[in-house]
Amino acid sequence: MSTARLLRLIARTGRVAEPLGSTTDHNLQVREGFEPPRALRGSVQVRHVDAGSCNGCELEIGAAFGPVYDAERIGARLVASPRHADVVAVTGVVTQNMAEPLVNTVDATPNPRVVVSIGDCTRGCGQFAGSYAVAGSVDDFVQVDVHVPGCPPAPEAIIAALRAVTRR
Amino acid sequence: MTIDSVVVIVIQLVLAVAVTPVLIGVMRTTRARLEGRVGGGIGQPWRDLRKLLAKEPTRAPGSTPVLTVAPILLMTSSLLLCALIPLASTLALASIPGDLFVVVSVLLLGTVALALLGLESGTAFGGMGSSRHMVIAALVEPTVLLSIYALSVPAGTSALAAIVQTRRAEPASLLNPVSLLAIVALVVVVIAETGRLPVDNPSTHLELTMIHEAMILESGGRDLGWLELGSWLRLTALLGLVANLALPWGIGQDASPLTLGVGIVAITVKVLVLGSVLAAAEVFIAKLRLFRVPELLAGSFVLAFLSVSASYLVF
Repeated sequence: MSTARLLRLIARTGRVAEPLGSTTDHNLQVREGFEPPRALRGSVQVRHVDAGSCNGCELEIGAAFGPVYDAERIGARLVASPRHADVVAVTGVVTQNMAEPLVNTVDATPNPRVVVSIGDCTRGCGQFAGSYAVAGSVDDFVQVDVHVPGCPPAPEAIIAALRAVTRR
Repeated sequence: MTIDSVVVIVIQLVLAVAVTPVLIGVMRTTRARLEGRVGGGIGQPWRDLRKLLAKEPTRAPGSTPVLTVAPILLMTSSLLLCALIPLASTLALASIPGDLFVVVSVLLLGTVALALLGLESGTAFGGMGSSRHMVIAALVEPTVLLSIYALSVPAGTSALAAIVQTRRAEPASLLNPVSLLAIVALVVVVIAETGRLPVDNPSTHLELTMIHEAMILESGGRDLGWLELGSWLRLTALLGLVANLALPWGIGQDASPLTLGVGIVAITVKVLVLGSVLAAAEVFIAKLRLFRVPELLAGSFVLAFLSVSASYLVF
């Protein structure tokens, strides 16, 4: 695309980000006694772990960090390494092969850290309960601080969960 | 005079540390707005930094002290760079060697610290990042030397402050081919050295395309905070150098409060404007394939070489 056409496209498109919705009525389940760490106020880096998801939640996470829902404005950013992360976002049931990597990823995240589980599969294994490939749900392996229910949850719900940590 | 120089250096350091998060915030916001997003806001890099410095670093068992020392070394070299480069005033360099060759060596010190850090983790990505980083550094350093050397010919000295002062005294020399070629060459190598598009993508999540990010993948918490601030400070210092060489107006020449104030405002505005132009330009370009990067840098070396050759014809 030529620079002139790109400039026209930018001018025509303007802002595509929608206003932030409310943080309530997404049925977020916050762990008893969970206080968002003071250090994480206004800024969280998110490491996403797919522990055995059907990729439905991944699409919604992609949308949450895309231009329309724009999670960057609440101070959240996806990062490539758990060492850079403050929040570990887990999706899916925990398969036999992903049980150890999941625990290792959470261990590799510097303190203070928060674990957010996204989607119904992470609590009670959803559709995949009872499969021979499933080792358990996320709660069986790591302590989950915030759970986002839904199959898959809407991007607004994922943003609301991150806002519960950043308080922005 | 020594007291004045110390005052100027302290002011330049404080200014650089204060302006750097704002510069990164402005660049990210510019890019976000052009992409139709809202973005994290101008204060976001500051919030990120504050959080990182408050977090305890997680270090792998068996890691060596390099993991702790490299961030400090990078920070030190970046701060030295900010003290040596004439940002707010040309006085800072009158009494200490703000020589072109010293500045390039200090720049290389930070580069080597980062490369060692990448190797230290022992992961495939870290080593890959380090080797790419050293390839780029090897191509960048001669061009930095040569392009500023071309500008130093009319000044008759390799002290950066004197070069900026001479250029300010003769505004006509800013538009001659020697100066333009050298500035273009310098801009290309500054972009490569600070890891911006099209050489490296600062917001990438794909390990295979990373250069800077690949080296710092294993650092977390406080270590990462110093690494981030260190590399951002390099961007501020180098953008400030380009700005003062290309547009030397406003920079102070003594330590009187008025000229220093004007110098501080001028360099802040220059760096922020240059940063947003860079960020806006990045929206229009994609990352170069790694094997094409040497071609780009060789091109900028040729420009710098032509500039040096021409400087002997012009002056």
